[in-house]
Order: sequence, then structure tokens, then C-alpha cells
Amino acid sequence: MNRYPWWKNLIIILVLVLAAFLALPNIFGENPALQISKRNALLDRGSLDRAEAALKAANIPIKSARLGDKDGLIQFDSTDDQLKAVNVVRSALGEDYPVALNLAPAAPRWMIDLGVKPMLLGLDLRGGVHFLMQVDMKAAIKTALERRVDGMRGDLRHANIRYISADVDKDDEIAMRFPDASVRDAAVKSLEGNYPELSFDSASRGGQPFLTAQFTPQGAVAERKGALDQNITTLRNRVNELGVSEPLIQQQGDDRIVVELPGIQDTVRAKEIIGATATLEFRLVAGTPSDWTDAQQTGHTPPDARLYHEKNGNPVLLKRQVIVTGDRITGASSGFDQRSGSPAVFVNLDGQGARRMADITGQNIGKQMGVVFIEHRTETKMVDGKPVKDKKLIEQVINVATIQDQLANRFQITGLDSPNEARDLALLLRAGALRAPMDIVEERTVGPSLGAANIQSGINASILGFALVAVFMMIYYRVFGTVSVVALGVNFVLVVAALSLLQATLTLPGIAGMVLTLGIAVDANVLINERIREELRNGMTPQAAIKAGYERAFATILDSHVTTLLAALALFALGSGPIKGFAVTLSIGIMASMFTAIMVTRALINQIYGRRVRLTHLSI
Amino acid sequence: MNLFPLDSKFDFFGKRFIAYGVSVLLLVLSIVALTTKGINMGLDFTGGVVIEVGYPKAANLDAVRALLKKNQYPDAVVQYFGSSEAVMIRMPPAKGQNQNQQADQVLSVLKTEEPGVTMRRVEYVGPAVGKELFNSGGMAMLVVLGGILVYVGFRFQLKLAAGAVLALAHDLFMVLGFVSATGIEFNLTVLAAFLALAGYSINDTIVVFDRIRENFRKIRKGSEIEVMNISTNQTMSRTVMTSMTTFLTVLALYLFGGETLSGFSLTLLVGIVLGTFSSIYVAASLALDLAQAQGSAEDDRQGSGCGYPALGEIDLGEIDARRAVTSINRGGRLD
Repeated sequence: MNRYPWWKNLIIILVLVLAAFLALPNIFGENPALQISKRNALLDRGSLDRAEAALKAANIPIKSARLGDKDGLIQFDSTDDQLKAVNVVRSALGEDYPVALNLAPAAPRWMIDLGVKPMLLGLDLRGGVHFLMQVDMKAAIKTALERRVDGMRGDLRHANIRYISADVDKDDEIAMRFPDASVRDAAVKSLEGNYPELSFDSASRGGQPFLTAQFTPQGAVAERKGALDQNITTLRNRVNELGVSEPLIQQQGDDRIVVELPGIQDTVRAKEIIGATATLEFRLVAGTPSDWTDAQQTGHTPPDARLYHEKNGNPVLLKRQVIVTGDRITGASSGFDQRSGSPAVFVNLDGQGARRMADITGQNIGKQMGVVFIEHRTETKMVDGKPVKDKKLIEQVINVATIQDQLANRFQITGLDSPNEARDLALLLRAGALRAPMDIVEERTVGPSLGAANIQSGINASILGFALVAVFMMIYYRVFGTVSVVALGVNFVLVVAALSLLQATLTLPGIAGMVLTLGIAVDANVLINERIREELRNGMTPQAAIKAGYERAFATILDSHVTTLLAALALFALGSGPIKGFAVTLSIGIMASMFTAIMVTRALINQIYGRRVRLTHLSI
Repeated sequence: MNLFPLDSKFDFFGKRFIAYGVSVLLLVLSIVALTTKGINMGLDFTGGVVIEVGYPKAANLDAVRALLKKNQYPDAVVQYFGSSEAVMIRMPPAKGQNQNQQADQVLSVLKTEEPGVTMRRVEYVGPAVGKELFNSGGMAMLVVLGGILVYVGFRFQLKLAAGAVLALAHDLFMVLGFVSATGIEFNLTVLAAFLALAGYSINDTIVVFDRIRENFRKIRKGSEIEVMNISTNQTMSRTVMTSMTTFLTVLALYLFGGETLSGFSLTLLVGIVLGTFSSIYVAASLALDLAQAQGSAEDDRQGSGCGYPALGEIDLGEIDARRAVTSINRGGRLD
């Protein structure tokens, strides 16, 4: 007799029902949708109603519109409607409402409310951009030192300690020169406590008393981590500004960041915005125009000033002391200057920035202030067959204006070439600056049309693969073969359910993994069925042969599954995007097949043959 | 239905030198291919740019090449990708310009002649990243082979494990030869195919080994060669059948999976066939000859004439492990 105890059958049924339920949302597919959010706030019902009204006015049919926790989702029947709608909604709501193209699960509401979601589709299936960005840690350390040297100058002035020069002289070192050793020692005493992350060293160079400062090893690690974290935050803000739904921004290793933007169309702009390091600095102007040209010609600048250039190449001297940097900017929007009509950026400062701005402009009414635009640009050039990174720091004075009045937390900047430039600068200022420049070291972009084609070929291959195996098994092993085909179907549902539950990303290689799993999963049944045939040939009774077949094939099945699983795990560890997808589906499929190919088929065979006392023949 | 004679008594191991001959021939061919043609390393490992564009109607490759040449892209390799409306352009990293903008520039160049061109896919891999991917790929391969060696060594016997892993390396090398000869682009997905093959191809070998171990316990008479022949004949149909089912599904992938997966599925198809051949022949033969070699070495030392001590130990040494597995079975079965 071959019978499973009732609870074993019950477990199988429960697993099947649960898996079928988890896999169900995938059947409904997805609707094109618009995701509407509000900058720095939750979206309110009124804004969503306005968007709906605008769409109604433009005769664009809406499938559904609903307000989520923090954003709204409007679904459409076709991608055409969605693409038409995005412009309508954007102009109806204005710049403060990022609108992103999205795909929303078409499964019924109650299912989504239960948290049952369809599988995530990878970029190669839905289209989108994958970037791997390398953070330039050397530059991160250098700019961190530059920030600190600014602070040190102020500290020394406050403490009335006279220094001759204080600069970042190497990529990882600050060097300060003092008139004599006793002043230097006083400086060490006053600075050391304020900068615990730096280690100070007294030295003398050419008989002059010097003080150098470098990051301690822990300080450097913290600084690098800080740079990476801030870059990630900034990227997140920028991507939100771009209006991308479900972006992925993740740290990879010590100095890399993965950015995945599904469904994005304009990759050129995405790259510009993501990689841009632009920020602003506000400084007081030093000297007069004649001093500026002198400084340009002689190369001598006053100790408290630095030589800059305007866009047209004219020299300007600006004070070394920065009034406010871009970090202090909390809001920025683009528009036009009311008097001249030229493109402008309207800037909001945070409390500290506004206080400094008010103090310094209040004391300097009638004097001039310069706005410096700073950007790191990296160009990779091939020199002698090797790629060499050429880093350029662009520092341009975009505007020099006379301070008419005390400025506070809100003012405007002009001097930009075009409304587009103003718009991008406003976006970058809103999102915050990158703390260290980054390069794109890997890019994979898939257009939406190829994504759809990939899904279709994946589906076709799965259906054909399943059909081939099914026909073969049913002809070769008859009833036992049919039972294994049922188990194979169950295996497929289990894999889909597991992927949906884990919210793992399905890629084209992932589909290949599922198809390959079909072939490998059924191997277990081939082993069992062949063993049963053999035992029958050796004269066992049918019931005993079924029992022996399942038992004796088990060790072999286990061995072969473990080795394949081993390979899948190594693939996962090697894991780059799509390959990881392959490894995930293959591992899940193989583990699921231990259940389906052995337990599910056994349960079915027991139902068919297990109760027959006088069983003389097996259809195998 | 049965495709195999029930009582085949084919003398696999007596004729193993023919199999060795075939193996050696294929290995030599692989070496020739690898040394003369090398491997067509894909973008993933070399770094560079690949752009796939869609044309509204069949594209004229010569015109595309000429256009690119005119616009300072003389090194671009232009070919159809799956259909005549899809064109793939491969370029080494550009000189003197920002590499990650290269693709965008090429696309705008193409649009000047045919505005209907659409970007289907862009891949850019920096040279440093390519090197890293290559190294981690090689590392993954070693880990898999090492892991299999340890696992099979633990479950069977180190000698059999060595035979199995040698046979596996032999399969993979020949598949590499095939990849080289046909010029399939060796990229991350093809590497994934190799790793999957390593894990899968060993399965058939395990089926044969399992049976050899079982028969060494059951059949007390007969030489090692006879026992191994019986085992291989007994497992013949399942070795071929399991490979057949997997072959069929991968065939479906090859036929319908699209151009992106064609290198991957072709590699798997060839690997499955070679793996089946080597499971039947090479793995056990190697184990046998390794055992024989060691056996005669020990004979010389000890002067005693016990045939194949290394293989003879299998049944005794492994009974415990076997029992453990059967007791696991019992524990799990409550009928």
C-alpha cells in the first residue's frame, strides 16, 4: 500500500493553494500609469482632482485614479494615453509636482491591499537604465580637507594666531606656514581639539616652521563613508526630481553606487543630471577691476583673495572667505528676472546660511558680491592605449552684482545662458551637491521596445519548453509521465510565487533559468520512473516497485540537485544584475523541484495506485 | 515506451580507449581553435560600447558603416542582430572623449540619416570593470569546480570525485573550444551557461557513480570492469533521458529566446551533449584508470596482488554514508 498520511496531503494542498494565490497577481499584468507626488510634502486630494480634471478636459480616458500614502496613481488603458497624459498633468500641476511614468499592477484592489504583488520585472524586460558609478575618493578626501582648511583659517583668526599661509598642498594633506615655531605650537594647541579626525604634525621646511594635517585612518574611513552616503542621498533626491518611479539606488562595495532607473526615456538628460557636480558659492568681490587685470597679468593676488574668471574670460578677484556654499540652499526654482527678463534661479537658504548672508551683506551694502558656479568634469582619454581620467574643475563666476540691500533667506541669481540651464541648476541646487565627483563605469540601457520583445521571447520559450518536455514525458512514461508534467506545472507556479513573495527581480536570463529548471526538475522524475521500471523488471510487485523507486532514487536526486545548487549559488555571488536573476530562478526552481518532483508526484501516484490491493500493472 | 534494450551488455570499459581517442581528438581540436582563433571576448570582459538600434525597415549595413566612418568611428563593428531591422554596433572605448557619452553621440549620428532609428539597447563597460568581471567570473568557476570536488569527494570517494571533476573540466574545455571555433561572443551570460553546465553535467556522472557504488556492494563476483560495465548499462537509459529533457527545454530557449540568449543556449546545448558522452565514458573510465594506476603502484610497494584496492574500498567505506541517507528517508516517510 502506498498512502500518504492525511496531514502530508494537507500540507501539499496548503502549499499549492498558497503558491497559487501568491502567483495570481502576475496573471493580471500591468497598466501604464502616472505617479504624481508633491515636493517635500504629501500629495493632497485636491491636486489629484486637479490632475483628473485636466485630463478630462484634454479628453484622455482614465482607468482609475487613487491617492496612496504619499503619492497619487492614475492608471490608463494604453501607453499612448499615458504619454499624452504626462504633459497635461505636468502643465496642470506645475514644477512642484514631479510626475513619473509608471507601470501599476492591474490586479484587483483587495489583492494589492493584502500585499500580494506581482514579480518585479528587470530592466531588460521593462526597459530602463542601469548605471554603476565610481565615487572618486581621492577627490572626496581633498575637498573634505579644503572645507576644513577654510574652518581652520577662521579658527586661527579668532584665536589671534598669525599664519602666513594655510592650504591643501597635496591630495591628502593640509600645510600651514607660521612666522615662528612658538606661534605654530600655539596653533597646534588651539586646532587639535577642534579636529579630532585629523592628525597634526609639526615640521620645518626650508627652515620655516610648518604644520601639516592629515586624516587619521579612522577619520579617512569615516570621511569616505560620509562621502558615499551623501552621494547616495543626493542621487536619490535628483532621481526624485527627474520623476522616475521605483528607482534603485544602492551602495556596491566601498566606493561604488548602483543606480537603476526603470522606464526612463531620455537617458542623455538622466546622465547629465545624475553625474553633475554643479554647486554654487557666494563670495565678496575683492579690489577693483584694475586690480583684477593686474592680478591676471602679474599672477600676484592679495593673500585674502583668489583669481576667478567670468564666462567671457574676464578676470575677477574674490575674497577667499566664502559667505555661503551650496549646502546651505534649501530650495531653488527657475524663472525669469522681472526687470531684465533673463533666466534666473530663485534660491532659499536655511537658517544658518540666511544669518550669515544677512550679516555679511548688511555690513557690505554698496559693495559687490560674486556667484561662483563650480563643477567637476571628468573626461576619459586614451593615452598610449590606456584610459586616463582627466579631471577638470570648472569654477566660473556667473554673476557679479552690487549688494543693494541686506539679503536674507530668499534672493535670485541671474547670469545664466538659457532657461534650460536655469532649470537644471535649480534642480541640482534643490537636490544638494555631490560630496565627491563620480564617474559612470558601467552602463546598460534597454529601450522599452526591446524590453517588450524580450518578455515575448521569454514567454514563447517557456511555453515551447514546457510543451516539448510534457509531450515527451507523457509518451515515454504514460501515467507516470503525466503525473510528472502536473508536478512540473506546480513547480512553475511555485517559482513564480516565490519570486513574487521575495519581490526578486525577473530578468531575461532569469526566464532562461526558469526554462532550464523545467528540464532539470523533470530529471528527478526520470530517475524515479526508471528505477520503478527496473524494480518491476526485477520482479517486484507494482506497489513495492513504486515504494522502492521513490526511496532508492532519493539519494541520487539529492546529490544532483546539490551540485546544481552549488553552481547557482556561485553565480549569485558573482552576481551582476541579469546573471543574478538567472541564479535566483535556478536556485528557487531546483529547491522547489525537490518538493514537486518527489512529494507532489508521490501524492498523486498514491491517489491513483496506492489503494489498489490487486494492482498488477503500472502505466509507466 | 522504451528506447533502450532492456538487457544491453555493451562493453563500455573494454572499449574505453576508443572513447579516450575521441576525447583526445576533440581536445586537440579545441586547443587548435583556442590557439588560432582565440575567444571572442564580449564587452562584459573587454570594456567598450555596444549599441543596438532598431530601424523602421531593413537597414543597409554598408551605409551605416560608411556613415560611422565619416563621423570618426572607423573602428565600429556593425552587424545585424537577429533580424535585418536590428543593427548591433560594437566599439572599443573611444579615444579622447567621454566614453559614457559615446553611445548617445553615435545614436544622434545615425539619426541624421534615418530619423526613425530607435535605441534598443546600450551597454557601456569601463575597462576596469571589465577586468573585475573577468576575474570574479574565473573565481566563480574555480569555486564551483572546487565545491563539486569536495561534495562528490564527501559523498563518494576522493578517487571517484577526482575522476568526475577531471571529466567535468574536460567537458568544459571542449565547450570552450566550441565557443572559440564558432566565434560565439563570450560574455557574462555565456559564462553563466558554463557555471550552470558545471553544476548540471556532474548530475549524470553522479547517477552512474551511485549505481557503481550500489553494484560493488551487490555483485561480489566479477572484475571491476565487469561491475562498471553492468552499472553503466543499467543507467544508460536514465543518463540519456535526463539529458534529453534538459536538451529539449534548452532547445526551446535557443529557438525562441531571442538573440540575447542564443549564445547562452547554444553553449548549454553543446555542453549537455558532451556532458552525457563524458558521463557514460570518461568519468568512470578516468576513475578506473586512476584507481588502476594507484593500485599497481601499491602492488609494487607491497608485492601483494589485490586487483583494484582503491575502487574495492568504495563499498566498505561508503556504507555508513549510504545508511545515513536511507535512515533520513525512513525518518521522512510515515506510511
